[in-house]
Amino acid sequence: MTYKTQFLTFLMVSVMLAGIQPGISAQQSSSPAFENYFMPAVTKTAKPDEKGFIRRWLLLEPISKPNRNNRVFTDSYVRDALTHEYFPGQFTAIPKDGDKVKVKMETQAPVNLQAGRPAANQSQTPVMEDAELTWHALDSKLFNIKLFRFATGLGKTRYGVVFWAVTIVECDRDMENVRLAVGTNKGSMWWVNGEELLLLSGDRHMNVDSAVSKRITLKKGRNIIRAGIINGPSMSDFCARFIDDKGNPITNLTITCK
Amino acid sequence: MKQNIKYICGVLILSAIAVDIYGQIGAPFIHDPSTIVECDGKYYTFGTGGGGLISEDGWHWSGGAVRPGGGAAPDAMKIGDRYLVAYSATGGGLGGGHAGRILTMWNKTLDPDSPDFKYTDPVVVASSVEDEDCDAIDVGLMLDPTTGRLWCTYGTYYGFIRQVELDPATGFRVEGNEAIDVAVDCEASVMMYRNGWYYLLGTHGTCCDGANSTYTIYVGRSRSVNGPFIDNVGRTMIEGGGRKVLSTEGRRVGPGHFGRYIIEEGVEKMSCHFEADLDQGGRSVLAIRPLLWKNDWPEAGEPFEDGVYEIETARNGYALEMTVDFVRTGGGMGGMGGGRNGGNTAPAQVPNQQLSEVIDSWPKGDCQARNGYYVARPWQRWTVQAVPEAGGYLGGPYYKILIAGTERALAATADAEVQVVSAFTGTDEQLWRIDQLTDGSFRIMPKKVPGHSEPLALVSMGDCTPTLAEFNFSSDNSKWYFRHFEPLK
Repeated sequence: MTYKTQFLTFLMVSVMLAGIQPGISAQQSSSPAFENYFMPAVTKTAKPDEKGFIRRWLLLEPISKPNRNNRVFTDSYVRDALTHEYFPGQFTAIPKDGDKVKVKMETQAPVNLQAGRPAANQSQTPVMEDAELTWHALDSKLFNIKLFRFATGLGKTRYGVVFWAVTIVECDRDMENVRLAVGTNKGSMWWVNGEELLLLSGDRHMNVDSAVSKRITLKKGRNIIRAGIINGPSMSDFCARFIDDKGNPITNLTITCK
Repeated sequence: MKQNIKYICGVLILSAIAVDIYGQIGAPFIHDPSTIVECDGKYYTFGTGGGGLISEDGWHWSGGAVRPGGGAAPDAMKIGDRYLVAYSATGGGLGGGHAGRILTMWNKTLDPDSPDFKYTDPVVVASSVEDEDCDAIDVGLMLDPTTGRLWCTYGTYYGFIRQVELDPATGFRVEGNEAIDVAVDCEASVMMYRNGWYYLLGTHGTCCDGANSTYTIYVGRSRSVNGPFIDNVGRTMIEGGGRKVLSTEGRRVGPGHFGRYIIEEGVEKMSCHFEADLDQGGRSVLAIRPLLWKNDWPEAGEPFEDGVYEIETARNGYALEMTVDFVRTGGGMGGMGGGRNGGNTAPAQVPNQQLSEVIDSWPKGDCQARNGYYVARPWQRWTVQAVPEAGGYLGGPYYKILIAGTERALAATADAEVQVVSAFTGTDEQLWRIDQLTDGSFRIMPKKVPGHSEPLALVSMGDCTPTLAEFNFSSDNSKWYFRHFEPLK
């Protein structure tokens, strides 16, 4: 049995086993349709779900930053890539749904899904292009924000990308000793009210509470959460919530994109 | 010459430190120690012949405890706001008389310097005559947490271990209570209760023969406080059965006289003596070990040894590491094709990534600590080393935890987080208490967190996020494992 045949057999068995496991129906989860993952954030405010996950986000269409593999995501690389200013107001502005930003980003060829891994020629000098990207105010239908499907649903670049996400958390009082708890598929950086709280590096997958910030105070009123997420040839997504000092989710928050 | 003297002194100090980490330091010399009791922030244990040991931190012990009455193998416990001390006076051992007496007395404090320190007159609660199948020595006390009833076991190799009931209010024998036989051919008996089981512990083997003693601690268990106490292969302790708790351990020979000390849920210690500590002149010494529970059986944990370790969180198996860039290394498939079967060439060893390969890329100053996938890299290898001069806690010294081959030290921060500071300076926030828990995992606590008075432990708040928080035995977030780093063979 060749290696390829072994792998295919393993894959088939895995799929068969997955079919008999309780969980999300494979038929349901296999459809890449945008509406299976997101809906427009039309209400004025939203609440975290029962586990505290923040599902309402302003998401910027992906910024192309080709990476053929995920081995490059050291701490330094992620910091350099995500503190780089791609567009004005990236670290300060609070966008609105439909806002557009002009970005200078690296051109990459469209993904050829029939060819397996995304192609990239590392030896070529990067070709930069000017692009106009749009912010989208969305509610995720899942606890996690499937950035990959956000990109594919809009017909945008899916691999080798940087995503930018912003949301606003309103508190009715100062909330001390809370922590931002996130999980991201590949690297990310997170800021709350302008303070850098987290940097996630490495070839990592999205786990609930994968990385947790130090204790912070969410102030009464509006708190701005901002994140950059970078990926190579993987399915970008993230989840985020606030937890208390015991690790319990905080749900008495109001989420808005305005 | 001066340099030579310095060198010799250094070697001697290091030798003393190396010796001390297995036992308690100071003058922990005692025979037949009672269960350790805490009183007003100090620890006490009493021994055969009168007197006993005191410790302010549970690590450094010295003489000074006061127990009148002489005799052998006392026990002690706190009931309410008083201390009940029991001891035995007997005829003369195996070749002599066996008319023994078990006596109890109370004290408001165990601190001999306290104005309240005054023992009540001892009362006899059990006895044996010259020639019966019991010798009333080696008393052990247990207050049943489910009923509040107080039980006392006693006896030695001369016949049976017997059990009587005492009044926890007076320390007297319960009126009309008849002694029952619960074991045979052992001594130093004591009972304990946990999780629906009553345990009877006894010491088998030869006592009082220094390095040739075969003393070994055994246990049987029962659902009833009165037994029968059965071992792991179905023998009752009346039949001489028993499951091993602790036997000779390296150069420490002949453990006996078990005592249990519960610090909090999941953190328990056992005390005993070793008949001979070969590193301390072969003297009988107090020993304190972690008490583990496996399938509802008690087992002694091992003393923590200095070494190079991976420190792994029980949350998800990630390893504690210093936050630096991942540096790739050689070896392995380098692609899926490299893993194919076959090939006739004997593979060569691939060396581990060396500290020298990465250290120049590390920031010079302090770094954050985090958890990550363990890949045996220099930033994940920790030298854990006792710092005996920094004091200790019940059963152990404080440790420094350094990135192996460096002076970069794990440290607590004032905001109750953890970091890796660039150099170990010996301050309290860089010293760590390591307790093996009842399930075999470990609790790691800084000696002090700046600005905090409450005890905090190293806790995984997220997969990658160690922090300092309240210890919770029911959560794997609070538990760690130390795994020896496997260097190139």
